[in-house]
Amino acid sequence: MRYERPKTTAEVTNLLAGAVGRAFVLAGGTDLLVRMKSDDFEVDLVVDIKAIPSMSEISETADGFEIGAAVPCAVLGENKALVAAWPGVVEAANLIGSTQIQGRCTIAGNLCNASPAADSVPAMVAAGAHARIASPDGAKIVAVEEIPVGPGETSLKKGEFIEAILIPKRSPRSGDAYLRFIPRTEMDIAVVGAGVRLTLDEQGGIESARVALGAVGPKVVLSEEAARAIVGSKLEEAALDALAEACSAASTPIDDKRGTVEFRKHVVGVLARRAAKLAYKRAGEN
Amino acid sequence: MNFDPTYRSQKFRSVGTRPRRPDGIDKVTGRARYGADFNMPGQLVGRILRSPHAHARIVRIDTARAEAVKGVKAIVTASDLPDLTNGNQSLFNILDNCMARSKVLYDGHAVAAVAAIDANAAKQALKLIEVEYEVLPHVVDVDAAMLPDAPLIDKTLFTGGVEPTPETPSNVALRSEFGHGDIESGFAQADIVVERSYRTEQTHQGYIEPHACVASCNSDGTAELWVCTQGHFVFRQTCADLLGLDVSKLRVTSSEIGGGFGGKTHVWVEPVALALSRKAGRPVKLVMSREEVFRASGPTSATSIDVKIGARKDGTITAAAANLRYTNGPYADIWAELGAMTSFACYDLENVKTVGFEVLVNRPKVAAYRAPSAPMAAFAVESTIDELAQELGMDPVEFRIQNAASEGTKSSYGPVYGPIGIGPTLEAAQSHPHVKAPLGPNQGRGMACGFWFNFGGQTCTDLNVNVDGTVTLAVGTVDVGGSRASLSLIAAEELGIAYEDVKAVVADTATLGYNDMTDGSRGTFSSSMATISAARNAIGVMRHRAALQWDIPVEDVTWEDGNAKASGEKYGNLSPLSIKEIAAASGNTGGPIAGHSEMVADGAGVSFATHICDVEVDPETGSTRIVRYTVIQDAGKAVHPAYVEGQYQGGAAQGIGWALNEEYIYGEDGRLQNPGFLDYRIPVCSDLPMIDTQILEIPNPNHPYGVRGVGETSIVPPLAAIANAISNAVGIRMTHIPMSPPRILAALNRERNQ
Ligand SMILES: Cc1cc2nc3c(=O)[nH]c(=O)nc-3n(C[C@H](O)[C@H](O)[C@H](O)COP(=O)(O)OP(=O)(O)OC[C@H]3O[C@@H](n4cnc5c(N)ncnc54)[C@H](O)[C@@H]3O)c2cc1C
Repeated sequence: MRYERPKTTAEVTNLLAGAVGRAFVLAGGTDLLVRMKSDDFEVDLVVDIKAIPSMSEISETADGFEIGAAVPCAVLGENKALVAAWPGVVEAANLIGSTQIQGRCTIAGNLCNASPAADSVPAMVAAGAHARIASPDGAKIVAVEEIPVGPGETSLKKGEFIEAILIPKRSPRSGDAYLRFIPRTEMDIAVVGAGVRLTLDEQGGIESARVALGAVGPKVVLSEEAARAIVGSKLEEAALDALAEACSAASTPIDDKRGTVEFRKHVVGVLARRAAKLAYKRAGEN
Repeated sequence: MNFDPTYRSQKFRSVGTRPRRPDGIDKVTGRARYGADFNMPGQLVGRILRSPHAHARIVRIDTARAEAVKGVKAIVTASDLPDLTNGNQSLFNILDNCMARSKVLYDGHAVAAVAAIDANAAKQALKLIEVEYEVLPHVVDVDAAMLPDAPLIDKTLFTGGVEPTPETPSNVALRSEFGHGDIESGFAQADIVVERSYRTEQTHQGYIEPHACVASCNSDGTAELWVCTQGHFVFRQTCADLLGLDVSKLRVTSSEIGGGFGGKTHVWVEPVALALSRKAGRPVKLVMSREEVFRASGPTSATSIDVKIGARKDGTITAAAANLRYTNGPYADIWAELGAMTSFACYDLENVKTVGFEVLVNRPKVAAYRAPSAPMAAFAVESTIDELAQELGMDPVEFRIQNAASEGTKSSYGPVYGPIGIGPTLEAAQSHPHVKAPLGPNQGRGMACGFWFNFGGQTCTDLNVNVDGTVTLAVGTVDVGGSRASLSLIAAEELGIAYEDVKAVVADTATLGYNDMTDGSRGTFSSSMATISAARNAIGVMRHRAALQWDIPVEDVTWEDGNAKASGEKYGNLSPLSIKEIAAASGNTGGPIAGHSEMVADGAGVSFATHICDVEVDPETGSTRIVRYTVIQDAGKAVHPAYVEGQYQGGAAQGIGWALNEEYIYGEDGRLQNPGFLDYRIPVCSDLPMIDTQILEIPNPNHPYGVRGVGETSIVPPLAAIANAISNAVGIRMTHIPMSPPRILAALNRERNQ
């Protein structure tokens, strides 16, 4: 196995493009290193991106926030502007693992690991986040929900990697929230997750919404039906019921060691209701 | 020398205090050496190849390609561990479990092992060992395994304990029965009868330290083993038997232990490590991964239990019966029997009958887990008792008090009780503020009782008085819960010296006589008895030395507060001789001073506990939070109260995990789906409230200080206490453990849709 720690983005894309065998980007390593310890995981090249200065920065631009791909989740929680603008995204990122994991893990890694249960992903999708992808041919910008395609699989091509996550500027009267269900109180993996972003009109009605669901399908589910169920409402009981129903309907979970189909389809609605209420409250405060 | 173990009431100076444990600093600074921390020059890395199938015949194993890997020094299969068990079935089962012979019997069963110069070479070799399997039908469920058309684990197995012996083989190894009276007439006298069936899933002890050892076989036929174990003398015996060694030629040293809870009473990889070392001619370190620990060591039984209890309107139980079916893994044992013995041990019953069935399944060999088999039986019985109390309109504590066993009761499993703690723990529960605390919305309260036998057994201890008057205590029971601190307190008490002047160590198998392992809550009970005896022997020696120094008859020398005193008027001018003075002079008065003791520590007092628990259930998700938890248990005498409380809390914490989330989940293919701490969910710190404890001290008449074992009983009531609390919170009787969110939500939704 070869380990490289380049100083520039171009070196990363060149190394990845020229790799023979299985090549992996190393961000926090909280997924990759665990997998490398298992007997049936082979890796030929590891490209550590933490030595590239821009990868460890959060910058506020005219369009929103640009979060370098190596920024640990703990640092997101320390960024006051980000916390104020996107509390749901930050809470989701800060749910990952424990204090020790937080010091290393990244939202780009969470996304590229492509687990259907990844916590920060539904929150990012609800927020309308994008990924800036670097490749030997230049950079491109892709919606976050386009990155994972199935369990453990991404749409990234050979030579490509994510440089930064871009989160838009929060529009006025907007709020977001993410909630997950785990059987324990921490150090667990989401059995169901729900992220909601709402924007209110002047009268407090919901003008637009994004509802993203985790762990209820092979990849994150962005449900337009669920969003439609609450747009135009003030989250009255009927709207919340419709939201819950739409979320259950949008979910295609499996029975596995972490939960049953029945359980997930029910709880996804429960969490979506609770997340929507929280996002609504936050939107009203902005 | 004669030793009188009878309890005598006395005022204690050291016993009952809470000093720091002698192993504490090493443990918190990372210096303590656990199983994997031992290393030898030239040591190889051992790895085990395990079956991916739940049940299969081994057609062929070809190790040629693996042997050719650079750095591989030895590969062993069953043929390197020839059968020396001489018709001893339980020893054969251990051998077969360590390395499968003709068939693999569960997912994770060992089929071959490699020793190589590094982990990479070992890993590569494992991949190149070719095993051809003929896959057989499998069964993992306890009730399914009892069906007439179930796949047979062992075609030569005919159920024992039934007359006449069945003519067809089955997976039921043994039927056992306990009780007295006539349950039919008892049920006929009942006004109300409650009958229910329960299930519990298989759990693992979940010790944080995986099994680990270093084995070194010498060319002269001697061998050494450094190992994480609850009983190095037992490991020595088993390994010597399986490898054909003289017991004296195998020296076993126990490491610090990162949890065992019964799972380290049993050899898993140690004989394999020795076989690898013997073949390679070099020391071999073998450390199980967490996945291996789950797949191939430990677990407790999965169970299916029917309970029927009848009572009169006045609250008297007239009859009680239970049928208990316990998985044993692929080898017959007595797990259901222990369940059948403990089921109704808390109660004074005229008519009682319990029947246990040992059921073989394609799951790993069951090992003891803290009061083995009792928690599941208590879950079924205490749930039924609770429901019966509700139907009678009685307070659950009151109902239990009315039917509780007491001194003189003939227990459901046979013996007549001496002084016992069930009544006092229930009375303490009744007057505990917990039972009166208000409950919030979606909250429920439950309580339950539990029993465990406790055990004494063979014990050998050395106590050496050093020339400066400090004391070294060598014990042979592995310290799993702070026993070095407790035994130092005991030695200090008996000798009349300070706790700090005693240093307790766990001796290896070559330096002390045989000791049973630390199980059955016997560590502090039996080794304290032996320590008291050894200390009294040392005092005898010191009185003798003082008599020599003074030149007076030994009969006139007494021992008080760490000093020899000349008794009687005529010696009025002799000032006492301290232990330090006697020790300093020992070179001239007859040499080193020591006290020795070997005994069978009989009379381990039975143990009882009552637990109270409040839960809050989220009705929309089925998620349960433990809001408050109280443990009340009889300790006989709490030698080191902090560590007694630790045992109470630890048992409750493990019980909470078992009750709420822990379970072995098998796929259709018979493979374990969750062999890791991510999906096998033991509680994390934030899942638990502070667990309150109350220690009762009802002296054990058979121990000089009244000590009873305390380690196991605390895991017996939690499953039932929590099930009762949840059932009360949601208004539905929960009969399937673990009560995970999907199970609770499904029950709630069933109820809502009705
Ligand atoms: C104890 C523990 C607890 C955990 N708890 C949670 C939890 O609660 N919720 C949760 O969602 N996850 C959890 N995880 C999983 C993990 O921590 C997260 O997925 C984390 O966000 C991964 O980030 P990382 O930077 O460590 O990724 P890495 O391990 O560095 O990478 C993960 C994968 O993504 C690829 N990758 C990383 N960065 C890039 C990039 N910029 N471009 C392209 N590919 C890239 C890597 O090659 C690798 O395949 C836990 C893990 C552990 C060990």
